[in-house]
Amino acid sequence: MDGSIMGKPGWIEICGLEDIPRQGARVVATAAHGDVAVFRTLDDIIFAVEDRCPHKGGPLSQGIVHGHAVTCPLHNWIIDLDSGEAAAPDRGCVRRIPVRVEGGRVLFAPGARV
Amino acid sequence: MTMFSPQRQHLVVIGNGMAGMRTVETLLRLAPHRYDITVFGAEPHPNYDRIALSSVLAGEKSLEEIVINSREWYAENGIHLIVGNPVMAIDRAARSVTSAAGLTMPYDRLLIATGSKPLAPPIPGLGLPGTCAFRDIADVETMIAAARTGGRRAVVIGGGLLGLEAAWGLKRQGMSVALVHLMPTLLERQLDATAGTLLQRDLDRRGIAFFTNGQTEEILGTERAEGVRLADGREIPADLVVVAIGIRPNIDLARAAGLEVNRGIVVDDGLRTEDPDIHAVGECVEHRGQLFGLVAPIWEQAKVCAARLAGDESATYVTPPLSTRLKITGVDVFSAGVLAAADEADEEITFQDVARGVYRKLVLRDSRVVGVVMYGDVADAGWYFQLLREGTDIAPMRDTLILGRAVASVAAGAAEPDPAAAVAALPDTAEICGCNGVCKGAITGAIAAHKLTTLEAVRAHTKASASCGSCTGQVEGLLALVLGGDYAAPTGEKPMCRCTPHGHDHVRREILAQGLKTIPAVMQALGWTRPEGCASCRPALNYYLLCAWPGEYEDDARSRFVNERMHANIQKDGTYSVVPRMWGGLTSAKELRAIAEVVEKYEIPTVKVTGGQRIDLLGVRREQLPAVWRDLNAAGMVSGHAYGKALRTVKTCVGSEWCRFGTQDSTAMGVALEKMTWGSWHPHKVKLAVSGCPRNCAEATIKDFGVVAVDSGWELHVGGNGGIHLRGTDLLCKVSTPEEVLEYCGAFLQLYREEAHYLERTAPYVERVGMAHVRARVVEDAENRRALHERFLHAQRFAQRDPWAERAAGADAGAFATLVPAE
Repeated sequence: MDGSIMGKPGWIEICGLEDIPRQGARVVATAAHGDVAVFRTLDDIIFAVEDRCPHKGGPLSQGIVHGHAVTCPLHNWIIDLDSGEAAAPDRGCVRRIPVRVEGGRVLFAPGARV
Repeated sequence: MTMFSPQRQHLVVIGNGMAGMRTVETLLRLAPHRYDITVFGAEPHPNYDRIALSSVLAGEKSLEEIVINSREWYAENGIHLIVGNPVMAIDRAARSVTSAAGLTMPYDRLLIATGSKPLAPPIPGLGLPGTCAFRDIADVETMIAAARTGGRRAVVIGGGLLGLEAAWGLKRQGMSVALVHLMPTLLERQLDATAGTLLQRDLDRRGIAFFTNGQTEEILGTERAEGVRLADGREIPADLVVVAIGIRPNIDLARAAGLEVNRGIVVDDGLRTEDPDIHAVGECVEHRGQLFGLVAPIWEQAKVCAARLAGDESATYVTPPLSTRLKITGVDVFSAGVLAAADEADEEITFQDVARGVYRKLVLRDSRVVGVVMYGDVADAGWYFQLLREGTDIAPMRDTLILGRAVASVAAGAAEPDPAAAVAALPDTAEICGCNGVCKGAITGAIAAHKLTTLEAVRAHTKASASCGSCTGQVEGLLALVLGGDYAAPTGEKPMCRCTPHGHDHVRREILAQGLKTIPAVMQALGWTRPEGCASCRPALNYYLLCAWPGEYEDDARSRFVNERMHANIQKDGTYSVVPRMWGGLTSAKELRAIAEVVEKYEIPTVKVTGGQRIDLLGVRREQLPAVWRDLNAAGMVSGHAYGKALRTVKTCVGSEWCRFGTQDSTAMGVALEKMTWGSWHPHKVKLAVSGCPRNCAEATIKDFGVVAVDSGWELHVGGNGGIHLRGTDLLCKVSTPEEVLEYCGAFLQLYREEAHYLERTAPYVERVGMAHVRARVVEDAENRRALHERFLHAQRFAQRDPWAERAAGADAGAFATLVPAE
């Protein structure tokens, strides 16, 4: 991992790690992608994806988080947060946003792609 | 002693059973003033529904519920009823009858309706204490008493309708049951060998042991019955032996009176014996060589006999086509007409789906249905029977006839949507799953392309039956269709989800037995295969723990579905709907004004009145929720829990306060119920209603717990549902006071909370456990009822907090906010 990204171009601070409950999510408004869902899993990994299920646009941020996956609240599609892909047999992919935790702060780079 | 009117004739009826009383009822309608009527009954009971004795034995009905005509009915109709004093002799010359107590009663017309006696084979030991027939209330009382006083093992002799219903009833009473039948297959007079074998297989799975080809040689025991020995030497130990091998007409009185008798009392087409003043109806008669044991022809006899007694000499009895159903809950059997082709001119069409346990046979003669045998799925029984009765020419739909009404009617040019067993014949474009818009072709295609073998896999690939589940049967049918014998329907308790092999009941038991108090503890103790579970099992576990440990378990919001976490209903566009509580459907100018102001202030796009008598505000954005709630709270309104697996609404009518028909204050009762139950969490949503009179304007009989006021108190109904599967409630009981209504309601809801599977509504719950179970715990056991009610109230101490007020005050604010970083 290279040095601190804090203050580097493109990286934006969202909130503190503790502002997101484990197995929970927060919603961040962006110009580039609309709402982004920022998840914190039970093992304290942070993921950020567009807050729109590839199926019918459901707000993934409101789903139940289990492992590194979230179940969409509208029709129960399961989205893998590592890859952004819907669990088989459903097919679809949600855009992932680069995200980092540094010094207890959560940052993302909404202009970049993973 | 009754005073007889001089101008009226005197009709004496011997027998207070169903046939005789149906005749009298019909006669009273046709010619109310023609006769003074005296009825002699041998049993010390009012007229009851003998057919329902099986339901009494199975604990599904009480004795009170099967009474057809109460003593008041006889009094109201001026009928002189003499019970427990049977007629011993008929003096035809004197035109009088004499009773056991020496009472002599003259008659102008006599109706013999003495019914039948149980067939008693010459088996040594029959008549010992611990043996009985299955014929009347006394027999049922003997059987229930045997089950309750520690009798553990019962042997039923006879595998006909009566014997099977007796065996099942005793099983339901908690006894271990063996059934001895002389013939190789069960119900051999009503079913062919295939259906009989399927029936035996299903009942065997339900724990009844069968001894077919079994000839009973002796009932063992000296003081009382201890067992049965068969001719082949096998011995079956028993504390109770029930002989139910059939009935024979009770013709003793008629024979002694010199009337023509054969196997039964011989009657003509007018139900008249050879003595023109004496009629006979029911199981005691023989008409054109035929005897009767089923109710349909006996009702027809009663109709004709009543017409004759009323003076209509043209009324003529013709035995209608007969059909049979078995009264064992969950076992669907139907037959009518002939069981098999009689000769080469007859044709048989059969359909069998082994996996679903469905079998169907039609016997055709000259392009008409002359026989129907159905097992497992009898949804179309009424239709086939109609074709048989009416002698419909089935040539135009012969190819699809066996597939049932839906397909056959479509094939014949009519549109009749009833896709139950007809899925095989549907076109590929037919929609199977309405929730997810999945067609038959998509399902069969997915099964073939992905080599799917389970319902679960089909759901995952196609979403068919994954939502409401009402098309599950059809999807399973398609699996069976594509896979043939390779499809094995799941057996045993179904796993909760793919994270565990355990079913709901097992998990609930272990939570209590092992004292498991967190979701991770449950998952660890019971070996969850996925450490964090999934969106299916986590909400279930959260509920089970909440129910098991009220006040102790800390609710896990992360394991709740979005609606229960956000305390509002998510809509398709991600916005929410907000429904404030309106107690018993009551509101006020102040509340309505506050709602109006909220709608304008937050520019809420849609306002709708709900079916539960409240107001729904639709299209509220997540960020707006706490502020909307704060404003509603300020006007005194709280969460209506319209989003939860929780107590939703208590619908009421205006009741005696305003309504000219109202018998009780249903609105106040509804408010009291809602005050007691609001905030409670349940396996699924729960709706209550209170109607102020039997007109039932609050539609209480399709609610989870419905109350209908009557003059003398309140009728309590449970297990209704107005959703996908319409289900009327079952009557739980009647109570007199509002306090009792509250106690029974709390007890029933707590029983449901403790026993139902997560996402199982009260309707399927009640069907799964049976009303007898519910009544035993809520009605018959007062101590248990109070304990249940107390547990409910205890849980309510922790549940009755307005989640809106907490969040309006700032709780969980991050969940509602959208972060806007400085880009």
